[in-house]
Amino acid sequence: MTNFGKFIAYILLIFFGLAMVIPFVWMITTAVRSQIEFNKGNVGFLPIDHFTLYIEDEKETVITIVKAEQDSTYVHFFDEYGEITRSFVKVSNEQIEERREFKIHWENFANAWKRVPFGRYFLNTIIVSLSSVIGILITSSLAAYAFARMKFKGNSLLFSFFISMMMVPQPIYLIPSYVLLNYLGWIDTYYALIVPWLAHIFTIFLLRQHFKAIPQELFDSAEIDGCSRFGILWRIVLPITKPILITASVFSLIFSWNSFMWPLVMINSEELRVLQVGLSYFSQESSTLTTLLMAASTFSIMPLVILFIIAQRKIIGSYATAGLKEG
Amino acid sequence: MGKLSPYLYLLPATIILILFRFIPIVLSFLISFFEWTITGPAGFVGLENYHLILGDPDFWQSMLNTFYLVIFVVPLTIIFSLTFAALLNSITFIKGLLRTVYFIPTVTSMVAVSIVWRIIFHQQSGLANFLLEKIGIAPLGWLAESTGIFHLLFQGVGISLPDFLGGPSLALFAIIIVTVWKSIGYNAIIYLAGLQNIPKSYYEAAEMDGANKVKQFFHITLPLISPTTFYVLIMTTIVTFQVFAQVYLMTGPPIGGPLGTTKVIVYYIFEQGFGETQNLSYASAIALVLFMIILTLTLIQKKMEKYVHY
Repeated sequence: MTNFGKFIAYILLIFFGLAMVIPFVWMITTAVRSQIEFNKGNVGFLPIDHFTLYIEDEKETVITIVKAEQDSTYVHFFDEYGEITRSFVKVSNEQIEERREFKIHWENFANAWKRVPFGRYFLNTIIVSLSSVIGILITSSLAAYAFARMKFKGNSLLFSFFISMMMVPQPIYLIPSYVLLNYLGWIDTYYALIVPWLAHIFTIFLLRQHFKAIPQELFDSAEIDGCSRFGILWRIVLPITKPILITASVFSLIFSWNSFMWPLVMINSEELRVLQVGLSYFSQESSTLTTLLMAASTFSIMPLVILFIIAQRKIIGSYATAGLKEG
Repeated sequence: MGKLSPYLYLLPATIILILFRFIPIVLSFLISFFEWTITGPAGFVGLENYHLILGDPDFWQSMLNTFYLVIFVVPLTIIFSLTFAALLNSITFIKGLLRTVYFIPTVTSMVAVSIVWRIIFHQQSGLANFLLEKIGIAPLGWLAESTGIFHLLFQGVGISLPDFLGGPSLALFAIIIVTVWKSIGYNAIIYLAGLQNIPKSYYEAAEMDGANKVKQFFHITLPLISPTTFYVLIMTTIVTFQVFAQVYLMTGPPIGGPLGTTKVIVYYIFEQGFGETQNLSYASAIALVLFMIILTLTLIQKKMEKYVHY
């Protein structure tokens, strides 16, 4: 490609790349901005606090202007905690100064974390995600092993049955699942969040493909050595398909961590809320606390973003090879 | 043991899938044919729920909104992700970094990014109006604006459009922006994988014949990538029909979307089934109508695939 063409490609890619990340950049800058500044509409890309100061003998005091007249102004005085100390004081205009200060309000993160039990939400999410990832790995490798390497009646029929169920989107079976889980008495328990997700058709499909690709000679020689069927799965199949098992785990983890509609419907009590549901309630109940909401969004997406940055080649590669996702 | 063993391996997955996938799917049909409260069936109503759907203006409004969403999101996603993939494919330096940047929205939760975008579209202090102001455009109502985007555009040049040509409301358009932004990364990666499968020799031959980059893109890349485009088309359509979180978080309770112009079909199902009315059977009937639509579209798209395949 010509140098000029490359130059244009870079310009476009960087421009659109910036457009893709600007929401995140602004999320972080708003998360460390003071709520007062946000409400005033001071929302550039830097957290800047605006003050009005009263200066007397080089001593500065924070004030707000109540009423301005020709050459003097009525003001309120504040102490360092933001409490009014003196009100309606008449001062001369020359002693008033507008000041801008770059200030990162780290306390927004702590305040958001304290406001609702985010620690509990994180714990619930970790419990639910890890249980279903482990469950999915176990049930899927067993099923995929049977589908890929065993001859039995109804193999392809059962497999097609699974695949056809995969085509049914979640909103379709959400209501009957609620009815069923309610009948089992599982609504508002961990069971409702974990047990229905202990098997994952797409993972079975993915593993079956990879188990099929293993050369038959490996199985033959293992059998001659007296290895049992389960022994072959445990000692040969799983170790050599480790990369795809990691891929499958990453998929299930991201899917489970980010799932929202299911836990929103199945859980009522606050202490069982997963992160996404807790964050959603926080955004409804405190919709005007925009800086705290940005702080909460920031720490909610951080674990997966960090995981992604550490293992990005692996994750992007997984998405590309698997080339399918399930809502 | 030998004969039984395959079934033992299949047992755990099959039990879970029969119990929590197959039974609910069958149950959803039953629920839609009965008057069903949370305690169980309370009387057979046959096709009554489906009959009600036909005359339900809220259902048709949410179908229209969903239609707008799909008609905008799917082509925009295809255009952007193919463009980015083609550009990424033509460079080597910082390719990995740029790929990462485009992909980050894919791994972040829809809930968190919807909250972020809701604040971006904040009327007084949002980034969207802040940037518009910088380039000298008056602030917009965004998530509170029920007027159609075509209506707004033509109003700007002094033409008043009839209502039915108004297009999606500005609020729904904001949701379209978020949905496209979120889906670009994943699809760009799928396209990138497809592009790497096109033999370099085709481009070299075209180069010899004097075809420029633009010609190469339209005469080699576009036709050869068409199977990937069909995959992206099908998947994005199916996923867009199921949009929920961004609508719920950006225009859901407690404020709600402007005049119901952002209420999409899955949001309507949720509202009917789990809102104040808890009308499970009606919600189930709507869900099955949605399923039929998705199924039909998938079959049509699959049928058409043969004709565009190279």
